[in-house]
Amino acid sequence: MEFLAYLISGVSLGSVYAIIALGYTMVYGIAKMLNFAHGDVIMVGGYVSFLAVQNLGLPVLPSVLLSMAVCTVLGIVIEALAYRPLRSAAPLAVLITAIGVSNLLQNAALLIWKAAPRVYTPVVSGSVQLFDGQLKISYISLLTISACLVIMLALMVFTGKTKLGKAMRACSEDRGAAELMGINVNATISLTFAIGSGLAAIAGVLLCSFSGTLMPTTGSMPGIKAFTAAVFGGIGSIPGAFLGGLLLGVIEAMAQAYITTSLANSIVFLVLIVVLLVRPAGLLGKYVPEKV
Amino acid sequence: MKLKQFMKGDGLTYLLVIVAFAILAPLNAGGFLSRSFSGLLIPICCYMSLAVSLNLTVGVLGELSLGHAGFMCVGAFSAVVASTSLAQLVPIPGLRLAIAMIVGALFAAMVGLIIGAPVLRLHGDYLAIVTLAFGQIIKELVGSLFVGKDTHGLHVMLNLRGNLTLEDLGLEDGGVAILKGAQGAVGTQPIATFTAGFFLVLLTLAVVLNLIHSRSGRAIMALRDNRIAAESIGISSIKYKMMAFILSAALAGAAGALYGLNYSSLQSAKFDFNTSIMILVFVVLGGLGNIRGSLISAAAMTILPVVLLEFNSYWKLIYALLLIGVMLVSNNAKLKTMLGQVKMRLHRTNKEAS
Repeated sequence: MEFLAYLISGVSLGSVYAIIALGYTMVYGIAKMLNFAHGDVIMVGGYVSFLAVQNLGLPVLPSVLLSMAVCTVLGIVIEALAYRPLRSAAPLAVLITAIGVSNLLQNAALLIWKAAPRVYTPVVSGSVQLFDGQLKISYISLLTISACLVIMLALMVFTGKTKLGKAMRACSEDRGAAELMGINVNATISLTFAIGSGLAAIAGVLLCSFSGTLMPTTGSMPGIKAFTAAVFGGIGSIPGAFLGGLLLGVIEAMAQAYITTSLANSIVFLVLIVVLLVRPAGLLGKYVPEKV
Repeated sequence: MKLKQFMKGDGLTYLLVIVAFAILAPLNAGGFLSRSFSGLLIPICCYMSLAVSLNLTVGVLGELSLGHAGFMCVGAFSAVVASTSLAQLVPIPGLRLAIAMIVGALFAAMVGLIIGAPVLRLHGDYLAIVTLAFGQIIKELVGSLFVGKDTHGLHVMLNLRGNLTLEDLGLEDGGVAILKGAQGAVGTQPIATFTAGFFLVLLTLAVVLNLIHSRSGRAIMALRDNRIAAESIGISSIKYKMMAFILSAALAGAAGALYGLNYSSLQSAKFDFNTSIMILVFVVLGGLGNIRGSLISAAAMTILPVVLLEFNSYWKLIYALLLIGVMLVSNNAKLKTMLGQVKMRLHRTNKEAS
């Protein structure tokens, strides 16, 4: 029963990672860049929903919608101002710019919202009791897991069936050819950033509901871990990000419960290294051999 | 003519470092520098040599590494252990510092060997994420390490489950605890000196510049430019990649050793992802593969925050904006063509004049 409890907490934590990783993987698939600022968009999403509830007195659902709207706009603005001018620059220049944006968001948050951690009230409270109260599953866990599943399925349908989704896949496969076929590449990339950042807002709300606290640095470690999850599952692949996130969460929860408390992150990273050595393109990633 | 060529290239780099030291050392000794600036001298030397060593991996070898602070961490803590345990045996601080730095470099090289063997089979972003992962692992491992010394020798303990304390180390009375887990190293004798930093930078420069101009260096750069072509003419990919990676790790270890022995207390949390990124920023701003650029940007970017801090409390914000601004301007296609045209025109007028 104890094992089951750990498993469920792992899966729900993993679902948060998976939602963040989905944003990472979408952006990577199309813009071919590691968006290190993604974790900080999560933090902004958390703060917006927190302040909407605290200061504006909004109910939970509108506050989440507001935070999604703010993050979506933020994502589009970041892309247009910082990343678009570097479309043809070296990948490292884009990486450093992303790090700059990440620093900027963190320090802006530090100035506006101060460093002191805020107490975040979970969006839903309470839990279901199973097996005569031996197993408690909080509603927030159930909400997170179902939100993650819905988002993943919606994204798969969107990229697989709709016209815009096909345009996205075309851009990710060959940007030049997509442009020749009349696809507006800039608009498609903007759309991807918008979706990724909207997801980051949801992830921010869920993450803060789990941890119960909120600080300007809230997003950085989950950001790095979700990035790890995306690579774990095969970066660029939507089911891969989902699987990677879930596995990462479960491994972390199990390591914390049964092996070590202080080195749980190390075990997560160690598993990642082993997986990448066996499958260099991640679990579900496509391995593309180099051609001469 | 030969001297002129030399002065244009590496000679100028060495000269810059020597002149900077010749000016700063007497000023520092005479107490003419402000406290905040003289406190920066040793870290600047460390960051310079870290930037040059990372440039060997990122610029010369062409593989992105996000875990350079990990090697720095290994170097720093092994040097602290070495220096504290040799305190009675080697009473001269300068000699002990040199030994500690060599120990730091050796340990970092060993870790580089262990990490490099699996990591260098990967490419691009995958390699980057694995170096990031190793950096995090090293930080956490060192953060749960207990090391103490008594008459029996060194006691080492890994606090895996997080429930052990200093008592479990089993030191006898009079034993000294050197590393205390997450608390890190406390009460270290700070024996680092600016002169040692200067020699470290010179040594790093000599090693890296000589490597670049050697047969091995050309092989490494050939692998960077076109791995398949280089392999097809018989250059062993794994051998030369390992050579660059381990050398870079060893130099980072030596720099970390100097850094660690500059403070009386040191925590492994200092060597996190952000530190790796900061060194990477030095390298990218200085120019990939440009050693002189790495030196200048490492020095400038270490001083800049301190200068900005004196202006106002928004310095971190300004720093981030500057970073984005520099990247946007230096990669602006229009600006690049304009600069190219100006250069061409200058070149033409020079030719006509002569």
